[in-house]
Amino acid sequence: MKLVVGKINIKAVVLDDEEKIEGSTLHINKQNIIDLVLADDRLADCDIEIAKPGDSTRITPVKDVIEPRCKVDSESGIFPGVINKVNLVGSGRTHVLKGCGVMTVGKIVGFQEGIVDMQGPGAELTPFSKLIEICLKLKPKDGLDPHQYEEAARLAGLKSADYIGKLGEKVEPDEVETFETLPLLEQIGKYPHLPKVGYVYMLQSQGLLHDSYVYGADAKHLVPTTMYPTEMMDGAIISGNCVSACDKNTTYHHLNNPVISDLYKQHGKEINFVGVIITNETVYLQDKVRSSDFVAKLAEYMGLDGVIISQEGFGNPDTDLIMNCKKIEEKGIKTVVVTDEYAGRDGASQSLADADKRADAAVTGGNANEVITLPKLDKVIGQLDYVDDIAGGFDGSLREDGTIKVEIQAITGATNELGFNKMSAQEV
Amino acid sequence: MTKKFRLVHYINQFYAGIGGEDKADVKPFAKDGVVGPGMAFKNALGDDSEIVGTVVCGDTYFNENLESAQKEVLAMIKQYEPDLVIAGPAFNAGRYGMACGAVATEVMAQLHIPAVTGMYEENPGLDMYRKDAYIVATRNSAIGMRKAVPVMAKLALKLLHGEEVSPDADHYFVRHRKNFTAEKRGSARAVDMLVKKLKGEDFKTEYPMPAFDNVEPAPALKDLSKAKIALVTSGGIVPKGNPDHIESSSASKYGSYDISDVKTLTEETYETAHGGYDPAYANENPNRVLPLDVIRDAQAAGEIGSLHDHFYATVGNGTSVANAKKYASEIAEKLRADGVDAVILTST
Repeated sequence: MKLVVGKINIKAVVLDDEEKIEGSTLHINKQNIIDLVLADDRLADCDIEIAKPGDSTRITPVKDVIEPRCKVDSESGIFPGVINKVNLVGSGRTHVLKGCGVMTVGKIVGFQEGIVDMQGPGAELTPFSKLIEICLKLKPKDGLDPHQYEEAARLAGLKSADYIGKLGEKVEPDEVETFETLPLLEQIGKYPHLPKVGYVYMLQSQGLLHDSYVYGADAKHLVPTTMYPTEMMDGAIISGNCVSACDKNTTYHHLNNPVISDLYKQHGKEINFVGVIITNETVYLQDKVRSSDFVAKLAEYMGLDGVIISQEGFGNPDTDLIMNCKKIEEKGIKTVVVTDEYAGRDGASQSLADADKRADAAVTGGNANEVITLPKLDKVIGQLDYVDDIAGGFDGSLREDGTIKVEIQAITGATNELGFNKMSAQEV
Repeated sequence: MTKKFRLVHYINQFYAGIGGEDKADVKPFAKDGVVGPGMAFKNALGDDSEIVGTVVCGDTYFNENLESAQKEVLAMIKQYEPDLVIAGPAFNAGRYGMACGAVATEVMAQLHIPAVTGMYEENPGLDMYRKDAYIVATRNSAIGMRKAVPVMAKLALKLLHGEEVSPDADHYFVRHRKNFTAEKRGSARAVDMLVKKLKGEDFKTEYPMPAFDNVEPAPALKDLSKAKIALVTSGGIVPKGNPDHIESSSASKYGSYDISDVKTLTEETYETAHGGYDPAYANENPNRVLPLDVIRDAQAAGEIGSLHDHFYATVGNGTSVANAKKYASEIAEKLRADGVDAVILTST
């Protein structure tokens, strides 16, 4: 599969009557997006606000962030099986609006929506402070079941990103990049002397607000399977979950998976990147055993020499991570795992809920229990009254002077386990 | 000549030359300049620092009067206005290790200056105080003094000069983990690590896997109909309104709640505080997580002897293993004191 990705750099977003991209300015019509969102009668209200990098703005509770993209001259659309036809994606041409994101914000669903600060120490911990955020402030109908609300909010974000992304279809991109992975035997034949490397992509799928979707299919019902790396770039995988904000993979992360892009950087040089194995993180032991057995079997079947395994979430999924790692290593295939840590606020506790000596190569996104004090910011998009209750908050997190003391767990994307950030943790 | 760094050395009665076990109740006192092993440190430290005073305390006195002794020792150290404190080394002497660890920890917490001590890996003071104090690895007896002194002195000098230190390079036990910003993003570090691993080159994991603690299940009860059963959960079931404010993740506490007059848990009276799963079904019927309804049935049917009048609850989500262990051992002690024979422990 070969995908040409055209990047259109967006440096300003303005609310306007006309919808267009002119130079590096994105013009969007607020009412058109609101109408699109409110076509879902489960939502009572929607408003749009723009937050820019450096603004004295705090956005919370943040549910998902989505990068606007579109397929060019294609029957297919992004997020197949969810808001577009379930066509196979990952080939042809895709245009991306770089530098902006659609962010869904609104009354909390569970406990696990996050905080994004556009300025200050909190901003340094989240990649989303570097984007111009088009915030959809959503309000559910009174009495709406939380699961229905979660789904409505999820679809509102995806539909808006799809709608905005289409403004880029006819625009000449600033930069064009091509990614290609051949069918397995051909790909292996192309670089016969390089080690064959795969990527084991673990998807949060514990259910009950912890779901991911693959071409619209609920990941908890999948058996592990293989995918071309380019499929992710067209939205084949989306987030539908509210795990702790720091280490949930938003849809933006899935679209811009850094493991995939960094493996491609070494593709044909140090390694032969032959493909992706997707798997789930389930709650029943039988499912964990089956999925990890299948992952190891597929890695062996593809003739891999090495894999990177990324995790999503923590605690229970630590067992999936370790089972995958152990079983793959037992096949004689070398592994590197990417995770994050819950080492306590003092950093002195054991970091993971499971361990194995074969997991001898680990990359960490940092200790999510570390505490940070966020200064008061001038503007709030969303609402602050849930700050004490969200994962990472505690009694008294929101203080009278407007500052917030929380574990970095509460900050969206802070300890991402795809290795999206530069943060790590070390022994001192 | 520039100003010399000021150091204080803490030692016990034995190293001060006062005596052994029979003199271990010596009260703390301070003496200007070096005493005993302080001379070796003085030589190893070199010219830009000076041990301005030594504080001595008997090991028995320190450990039996922990709080007051700690205060007295700290006050004596403080009067010298030091830049750094060296304690011990204690090798494998347990009570000396506890004292050195406590002194080093308090110095760092209250005087905001670094403190260096030394212990053998099995010294009980290590586990107790390692997370803050710089504890250099030593041999198990005073034979190790000659080797320990230069390592401790070198670490002390680095800390005085504000240089970066690490457990690997400076031979002290890992204190804790701390976040930092690496040069490359995590995914690029992972690819680099994999390439090295594939080539058989040296690589360094960012998280060395710990040895894991497995618990053997206890033997089965012989007669359930006479057993006193308790309910304990990490699923976050609490009285409605979460009176103890147990956190939705990374719980800093657990709660204990009287259920002597409660037959079943309802949506109106109980809820979950847990943030790691969808709370909708647990809130609708909290018995799904804490099975009070069925245990009451079993009690009525005479299948169990009795149900303990309190249940214990915390939130397992994102809670560190160290805290979980602490809560578990406290809860277990209380249950044992209350004559509980077995526990139904529900997780989520």
